[in-house]
Amino acid sequence: MEKNRISKVDLIFENDGTLVNTVLDKVKKMNPDDIIMEMIDSGLKGRGGAGFPTGLKWKFTKAENSYDKYVVCNADEGEPGTFKDREILDRVPEKVFTGMAVAGYAIGARKGYMYLRAEYNFLLKGLIKKVEEFNKLLKDKGFDFNIEIRSGAGAYICGEESALFESIEGKRGEPRNKPPYPTVAGLFNKPTSINNVETLVYATVIMKYGAEKFKEMGTKDSRGSKVFSISGDTPNAGIYELELGMTVAAFVDEFGDGDTKAVQVGGASGICVPRKKFNDMIIGYEGVPTGGSMMLFNSSRSMYNVLKDYLEFFAEESCGQCTPCRVGCQQLLRGIEAVKKGEKDPSYLETLKKLAQTMKISAKCGLGQSVANPFISIVDNFREEIIY
Amino acid sequence: MAKYNVNLKINNIPITVEEGTTVLEAARKLNFRIPTLCQHPDLCVAGNCRVCVVEQKGAKTLVASCAMPVSEGMEIFTNSEKVRTARKHIIELLLSEHNTECTSCYKNGKCELQSLANEYLVNEKDFIKLVYDKKYTIDDFSPSIIKDDSKCIRCQRCVRTCTSMQYVSALAVAYKGEHQKISTFFEKPMNSVVCTNCGQCVNRCPTGALVEKNYIDQVWDAINDPEVHVVCQTAPAVRVGLGEDLGLTPGNRVTGKMVAALKRLGFDSVLDTDFTADLTILEEGTELLTRLKKALVEKDETIALPMMTSCSPGWIKFIEHKFSNLLPNLSTCKSPQQMFGALAKTFYAQKKGWRADKVVSVSIMPCTAKKYEANRPEMRDSGFKDVDYVLTTRELAMMIRQAGINFDELPEEKYDSIMGTSSGAAVIFGATGGVMEAALRTAYEIVTGREVPFKNLDIIPVRGFDGIKETTIKLENCKPEWGFLEGAELKCAIAHGLANANKLMSAVANGTVSYHFIEIMACPGGCLGGGGQPIPTNEEIRRKRMEAIYEEDANMPIRKSHENPEILQLYEEFLGKPNSHKAHELLHTHYTKRKRY
Ligand SMILES: Cc1cc2nc3c(=O)[nH]c(=O)nc-3n(C[C@H](O)[C@H](O)[C@H](O)COP(=O)(O)O)c2cc1C
Ligand code: SF4
Ligand code: SF4
Ligand code: SF4
Ligand code: SF4
Ligand code: FES
Repeated sequence: MEKNRISKVDLIFENDGTLVNTVLDKVKKMNPDDIIMEMIDSGLKGRGGAGFPTGLKWKFTKAENSYDKYVVCNADEGEPGTFKDREILDRVPEKVFTGMAVAGYAIGARKGYMYLRAEYNFLLKGLIKKVEEFNKLLKDKGFDFNIEIRSGAGAYICGEESALFESIEGKRGEPRNKPPYPTVAGLFNKPTSINNVETLVYATVIMKYGAEKFKEMGTKDSRGSKVFSISGDTPNAGIYELELGMTVAAFVDEFGDGDTKAVQVGGASGICVPRKKFNDMIIGYEGVPTGGSMMLFNSSRSMYNVLKDYLEFFAEESCGQCTPCRVGCQQLLRGIEAVKKGEKDPSYLETLKKLAQTMKISAKCGLGQSVANPFISIVDNFREEIIY
Repeated sequence: MAKYNVNLKINNIPITVEEGTTVLEAARKLNFRIPTLCQHPDLCVAGNCRVCVVEQKGAKTLVASCAMPVSEGMEIFTNSEKVRTARKHIIELLLSEHNTECTSCYKNGKCELQSLANEYLVNEKDFIKLVYDKKYTIDDFSPSIIKDDSKCIRCQRCVRTCTSMQYVSALAVAYKGEHQKISTFFEKPMNSVVCTNCGQCVNRCPTGALVEKNYIDQVWDAINDPEVHVVCQTAPAVRVGLGEDLGLTPGNRVTGKMVAALKRLGFDSVLDTDFTADLTILEEGTELLTRLKKALVEKDETIALPMMTSCSPGWIKFIEHKFSNLLPNLSTCKSPQQMFGALAKTFYAQKKGWRADKVVSVSIMPCTAKKYEANRPEMRDSGFKDVDYVLTTRELAMMIRQAGINFDELPEEKYDSIMGTSSGAAVIFGATGGVMEAALRTAYEIVTGREVPFKNLDIIPVRGFDGIKETTIKLENCKPEWGFLEGAELKCAIAHGLANANKLMSAVANGTVSYHFIEIMACPGGCLGGGGQPIPTNEEIRRKRMEAIYEEDANMPIRKSHENPEILQLYEEFLGKPNSHKAHELLHTHYTKRKRY
């Protein structure tokens, strides 16, 4: 990979009409352990944000001894600035279903759920029709697996895996304590492998082309390619599948408007990279990881407003159960407002950064833990904009 | 399944514990105290307050010790710099959302949040006070419970109590983020939802967000009013709990000191609910035998069996909401408190030559649901409100402290008479299985002429904390008038805690079980674990109270309700015989069907 250039890829959306059949027939002849080995070998990491190696997740779920196991597809896509899963579900849903079937076959699950974001209900009718056809196809091919689609309740937190399980189970979407992890006790307390929409499509792709081809792309820590949702101050907003491992600078060269001062990598819960760090930052697990969202800001933007928007989002979307997140988000928000208005001394930002640090290490789930990402990176790099 | 041992280190000290143990439990074994708020020994793990976080070597984040199971080789630090900073932040955050007004708060001095704040010397000024911008409501519509959202720390102990322990789900978490709160169905007031007033949530709320509605001032006013006679009654379980709120360890029997204290507080008559507990046995026992006779001999198919006890007002409200088609199965007997109230303003007033409208009747109860019960519109058979004020054990302790009485130094004094004498069968009403045991002691003897066939009259199978207990008593060599019961097996079941009651009622409703007599108490352990008893509560404390109750029974000169001489006198002078017309008028009641939510 040439770090200083972007490289466009076309694996996710390609569909020649025979792909699903080819992959399913191929997989059916494989031993589940070999499928998992192939996935581990590919180096694919989860595309939903947390970046856990997909093959290992499958391996752990397979290792559990349970009659019931589940495959769950996380289609809750709630991260601000992310809209790639919608595109995937609209254009190549059968590749997502195929990924679920492969996962089910590999781990020994007979049931899969797709949890669809409430805002994507306009896709629901079409998806249900397609999933029925797909379930029939699976049956014809002798797979003991079928997929059901569940619609979400419209809360960002329901994208967090354990809150998502609670929601499918008909309870209030609140994250659970971990351990136990989903691979041990997930949906209905059974071993569950939960993957993002895009992750599952890459599983299909890897099954078709093999791990070697996937591994050729990207870097040691960030194999393969990824779908990016690009928004903000850019003439080229939209969805792009790019090879991983480019620098932010290379990315900005292609997508910036010539005046980019910051890129928010990974949505509201991601990290803000200022211009002075564009050259050093690699987009991937060795640098700034992302679930796909890339927001570009040019010099007309107030980073105070950007941060305030994010904090308002978190104060609203925190599930509210744990103290550091529920109250911490409100304090960070009120805190920067008070500093802006001059009601608190600028040094109060140091107190708030310490609080953000406490949230990072003491909140119950990823939501509260990641508020520190935008907070500290924006406050550190755009301190003047926050104060004045 | 055999449990494995796990080796770990806490603050560099090695310890070996069983798998499944939490880090918190392991730390406690080593005498390292870790603060907790949402954790409660009676409830499932929540892991939401986060004050119990500790550092785990190698982990990216701190871990909540209450929710973290131990693992091999784990190294934990409970008091590192990181931990202390986070903990302090968390307490400060809670306080920033909190309407801190300790000096006028009912929980002052007994509040877990307050003591944590004190322990960590938090600086409340560090963060912005959020509480002033929020519209918090104080719900004081219920006669039993006050819910003050401005004091709530969202630990969800109440929600877990109401949902899992009581199977009521009157309280739930509503909204998210900064608007998240503990709410009733559609935010209706507590008196118009399915809440049973059991007070179990109050017993477990760490702050002043859920407390009993207190009537202390009203009772002082009555005591100080020279025009009225204030009569008080004390429930069985109060005497084994009260000491805990006055500096004694759990399990102390303080009956005599409690009576002495009540006299010093200025009550005109200090009487005993145990007396009407004995009366309940005669009324309810007769009712049961009558139902059995009608069903078995007269083949009357309208008779509802199994008959179920009716002493626990939380249970009554529960069945009225959730199993209203089983209401005919409830005994028509009032609870001992309400029997007492009806007699206080009739029989007792006449005896004393007092005008009924000049009698104020106060009851001291381990229970918050009794406050609600006293306010039920049908509880006015004396022509007045039968029980004017209900105080919990906790409120009585508060009055004793207010009066400057050194409780531990008090002499032991005796109840006034009449309506102050009772049997051991009455005091065990305070423990789950107690009403059953008392009823069996009497009913068996009525039917067979012999004492129940248990050593020392102790019917062990109905005792203890199993959620649902069953026993069968064979009736043999019956007296001629009860010959129709010859050889019959009286099948009994007992449940305590409403989740267990729910299980048992579902089985009854589905017809998967068949019993003759069922005892239900709304609270865990029975009244001794009531919603008005001293806080904290846990199974060990409740067990100590239970042991004290059975000790009290064993030490009573009279052990059987039908041998209480004052009861015999009451029937002779006033009621006639059990289930007489007059008894029905004053001592029995009816129930109301209520909606399921
Ligand atoms: C607050 C929060 C929201 C999340 N939302 C999503 C989401 O919308 N879609 C998603 O795939 N993963 C989301 N995740 C990550 C999931 O918890 C989980 O890690 C992911 O679905 C695993 O799939 P992957 O390994 O394929 O990435 C979210 C995590 C958190 C903490
Ligand atoms: S961190 Fe936030 S979203 Fe996650 S459990 Fe805590 S309050 Fe809920
Ligand atoms: S709930 Fe506790 S901390 Fe709050 S005002 Fe009452 S006593 Fe004080
Ligand atoms: S008093 Fe009992 S029923 Fe009512 S809310 Fe509390 S726990 Fe639930
Ligand atoms: S009312 Fe009490 S028990 Fe319930 S969440 Fe609030 S503080 Fe906790
Ligand atoms: S006591 Fe452990 S999180 Fe509340």
